[in-house]
Amino acid sequence: MMETKRRYVIPGDVITSGPFRPEQNVYQEGDRIISTSVGISEIFDNAVRVIPLTGIYMPKTNDLIIGKVIGHSSLSWEFDINSCFVGFLPAQDVFGRDYSPTKDELKERLDKGDLVAARVANFDRSRDPLLTVQDRDLGKIESGELIEISPSKVPRLIGKRGSMIQTIEMATKAMITIGQNGWIVVSSEDPDGLLKAIEAIRMVDAQAHMPNLTERVKSMLGVELGDNNDTINE
Amino acid sequence: MTQLMNENGIRCDGRRVDQLRNISIKVGVLKNADGSAYIEFGKNKILAGVFGPRDVHPKHMANQDSGILRCRYHMSPFSVTERKNPAPSRREIEISKVIKEALLPAVILKDFPRTVVDVFIEVLQADGGTRCAALDAASIALADAGIPMRDLVSACAAGKVADQIVLDINNEEDQEGQADMPIAYMPNLGKITLMQLDGILSPSEYQKCVQTGINGCKLVYEMQRKALMDKYFTNETQ
Repeated sequence: MMETKRRYVIPGDVITSGPFRPEQNVYQEGDRIISTSVGISEIFDNAVRVIPLTGIYMPKTNDLIIGKVIGHSSLSWEFDINSCFVGFLPAQDVFGRDYSPTKDELKERLDKGDLVAARVANFDRSRDPLLTVQDRDLGKIESGELIEISPSKVPRLIGKRGSMIQTIEMATKAMITIGQNGWIVVSSEDPDGLLKAIEAIRMVDAQAHMPNLTERVKSMLGVELGDNNDTINE
Repeated sequence: MTQLMNENGIRCDGRRVDQLRNISIKVGVLKNADGSAYIEFGKNKILAGVFGPRDVHPKHMANQDSGILRCRYHMSPFSVTERKNPAPSRREIEISKVIKEALLPAVILKDFPRTVVDVFIEVLQADGGTRCAALDAASIALADAGIPMRDLVSACAAGKVADQIVLDINNEEDQEGQADMPIAYMPNLGKITLMQLDGILSPSEYQKCVQTGINGCKLVYEMQRKALMDKYFTNETQ
């Protein structure tokens, strides 16, 4: 495996020059590759990208997100998905093929303010994102605490192969649903575990750019260190 | 008329000809804005807030192919010695427009169709060169909001005072000097995004003035860079 080179960059910083492939949050100007965001640059496998530390959520097909109902027409619901676009959930998706606007009342299934775990079914630049709840574990969220973090820090909260989130779930016995849009629902039988989990998530949000974050979170949660082998590359 | 420069080449506020005023920049000072910055540029005090990308209102302004940028430069009633009417004046509308046009080459809004990025600039205290200081704050606030940018925009004025080309004109020099040239510059790309000139310069003076201004922008860029780095990477243990 090639070594990953990391650096802190701001917009306009030249990350490298030469035959590299520009990926997220960079652009090519001549043979220079330049950052477009504040973040951490990575050169890996001849590809250059910047992991941003700020910015809004851009929907991607297949992302699991958490949305809040802001209204509905006779055919679909509209969702606030913490982005510059509004998410659409067609009524057929919930009621099935034989949905009829005269017979079924959308309000009875999902009302304003309800939280829903959904997947982005389709999104391109010409249309607003289309959502779906046709999958396991998707649909209305009945209980839990909503936490907002910066969407750019969601990958850090999940960790390498889910290491971070497993650590937090195991230590606090809480159920955590992470939306790629930075909205997170935590539910737990045990109020102390709930508070601990929320504290841990907030800590990840605040210290996302620090190395050895999993270790820090572990010591905060009081888990003994060193039994984790998922932090090789951190 | 006040003496703008003494025989040793020291200006009315004690600076050398190629010296900037003291600059301090803070990033992320407003909680409710998506990005924000506060700059003190000599006696100028300017606050900038950025919202977006977000839904466009009124809807007819939206562009299906790309996001749009809107900019509002405003001076508080208490920013100058005589109370300023808070309604937007001719001058403020013009400065809003030139600031927008100076930021436009830097931001990349292609990925945000049907949305708008709003930049609000509030001048709390004015002392000459507010459009440059406002641009400096606005570009940092845009970066803080996470709007993709080709480069930061750094701005600084140069001009002609007492027959000499000087950097960073202050209020007195602006009122009584011979020329004032605000320049905005993208330091890594080496491109100018704003240049205005009020006054008369000979071709050689013009060349020298542009060069002086660009050098000033590069100095400002270092401050902007430091401010952003301080906000995002200070509690660093490495």
